[in-house]
Amino acid sequence: MSRIQAAFERLKKERRPAFIPYVMAGDPDLSTTRKIVLELARQGADLVELGVPFSDPLADGPVIQRAAARALESGTTIAGIFRLVRDLRRETQVPIVLMTYYNPVLQHGLERTVRDARRSGADGFIIPDLTPEEAGPWRKVLRGTGIDFICLAAPTTPPDRLKTLDRVSSGFLYYVSLTGVTGAKLAAEPELRSQVGRVRRAVSLPVAVGFGIKSPAQAAQVGAFADGVIVGSALVSRIESAGRRKAAASAGRFAKAVSLKLRANRVKSK
Amino acid sequence: MKLKNRNTLSPERLPDAGGHFGPYGGRFVPETLMPALMELDREYARAKRDPKFRREFAFLLREFVGRPTPLYFAERLTRELGGPKIYLKREDLCHTGAHKINNTIGQALLTRRMGKRRIIAETGAGQHGVATAAVAARFGLACDVYMGTEDMARQELNVFRMRLLGARVVPVDIGSRTLKDAISEAMRDWTASVRDTHYILGSVLGPHPYPMMIRDFQSVIGTEARRQILKAEGRLADLLVACVGGGSNAMGLFFPFLRDRSVKMIGVEAGGLGIKTGKHAARFATGRIGAFQGTMTVLLQDREGQVKVTHSVSAGLDYSAVGPEHAYYHDAGRIDYASVTDSEALEAFQLLSQTEGIMPAL
Repeated sequence: MSRIQAAFERLKKERRPAFIPYVMAGDPDLSTTRKIVLELARQGADLVELGVPFSDPLADGPVIQRAAARALESGTTIAGIFRLVRDLRRETQVPIVLMTYYNPVLQHGLERTVRDARRSGADGFIIPDLTPEEAGPWRKVLRGTGIDFICLAAPTTPPDRLKTLDRVSSGFLYYVSLTGVTGAKLAAEPELRSQVGRVRRAVSLPVAVGFGIKSPAQAAQVGAFADGVIVGSALVSRIESAGRRKAAASAGRFAKAVSLKLRANRVKSK
Repeated sequence: MKLKNRNTLSPERLPDAGGHFGPYGGRFVPETLMPALMELDREYARAKRDPKFRREFAFLLREFVGRPTPLYFAERLTRELGGPKIYLKREDLCHTGAHKINNTIGQALLTRRMGKRRIIAETGAGQHGVATAAVAARFGLACDVYMGTEDMARQELNVFRMRLLGARVVPVDIGSRTLKDAISEAMRDWTASVRDTHYILGSVLGPHPYPMMIRDFQSVIGTEARRQILKAEGRLADLLVACVGGGSNAMGLFFPFLRDRSVKMIGVEAGGLGIKTGKHAARFATGRIGAFQGTMTVLLQDREGQVKVTHSVSAGLDYSAVGPEHAYYHDAGRIDYASVTDSEALEAFQLLSQTEGIMPAL
């Protein structure tokens, strides 16, 4: 069982949703990212999503676009991020999922990416522009490695396609809460609840919900009907305004608030 | 990838059902857009077989665009250069001033078939934006055009024309502030608005079915040119030349000639300040295969896969990637690609203007 699967199994027993914060690796630099990730893990993150910057992030809104630009400005490379993950593994066992676009992975080399992930202790990948149709070569390389490939599903995804995504994906399924890019406005609660219900009934994997969750209260609201809650842009914009020195502390405070709120609202299991 | 036998080329069989031209093409987009691309693919396949759609498309090309455009013998230019006879396919005479409208007419008809009420587009030089704004007005559709602020500054007149036609021009002030960022922003808009909006992409780029569909709409250029040259000369041309940004005008001209083995083809990319300076948009000179803005193709990128900013005096050629079908025919050896620098292009611009009285687009 992968570290990600194990985390969701444990959370199911604890009857609470996973708290999955997202930060951009290298924003503002990799040594700050190291401090931020450790602080997130201390403050209750169940998994951490680590962004690998790409010059043209199609699925991202302005907050994460700016974070990617800062990370590239500081000279962040995918090799540097694997070194960071390796360093982090000396201090934390929190599952780490790398979120990037296909081109950086392709240029690093599919096999080399997976080898580096295994060696460093990264647990999975989210690649929003790699659809099941095009993922053949990547999945072939992943086979038998224990590294998870987490697919995204959207409000526009029809039922038969949900089945495909469930089959191709491993670890969990990432449900995009809104028709739009990261950091946009979250859908109204009743609608989102019924959409997530539809997805959870159709698939076998745990379903984590992301895009547009901005506050601890919203996280708790979504956590009441999802297996995991992903908070990205809201956290990244706190890191942006805190500046290098205070970034980790500021991220930690926000993570703690989200985590406490999520734990206060335990859910019934599926 | 090299194709061993050129006889095996059967262009009309490409792309495959997933939109692949050999290792190129396909669909590399956020999941949110997949259902819309599948719908577009289905609707386009149906429309292509529908005589009513074909009639209406042909009618609009004739009555609204003003086709067929002439194949014009550039007599003075030919004499000036002292070489083989030069013919110009006068796409500049299309309504709104460029070939772009061949595609926007087709996609506007599809938008109506799909029952969508709003269209969005990106534009570099502004030609595609103007052509989209015109069909939006003609079909009564709301229209937003994304344009880099750098391009808005150098193509002010086209911004004015788009607004005059009733479109909203949305300034894109991120990245290089040119075409690639305008495409990213248009795709982000589409990700949010896909239920009631159609994205009219302007070149043979992006996810399937765009490269195939836009090639088909633009192939009217080559179909006419083939008929016209046979009428004028009783034979086919020895060589076809077209500029390649994304490559829609080139693919439109070349496609109907791909099986004519005697016809050579050269696509010309923007050499900017020269290949060695790194300030250019010659993808085939220094690019590599990669996934970008929905498709697998040849693009200018660094070792890490970050997409490079390009330079060209021509806003329409100033783009980091090339249409996937061009990449395929490049590898297959069927189409050759060359580049010319900014100063060479400006010199040719003046030469044509002053020998023929025809000012080409830059």
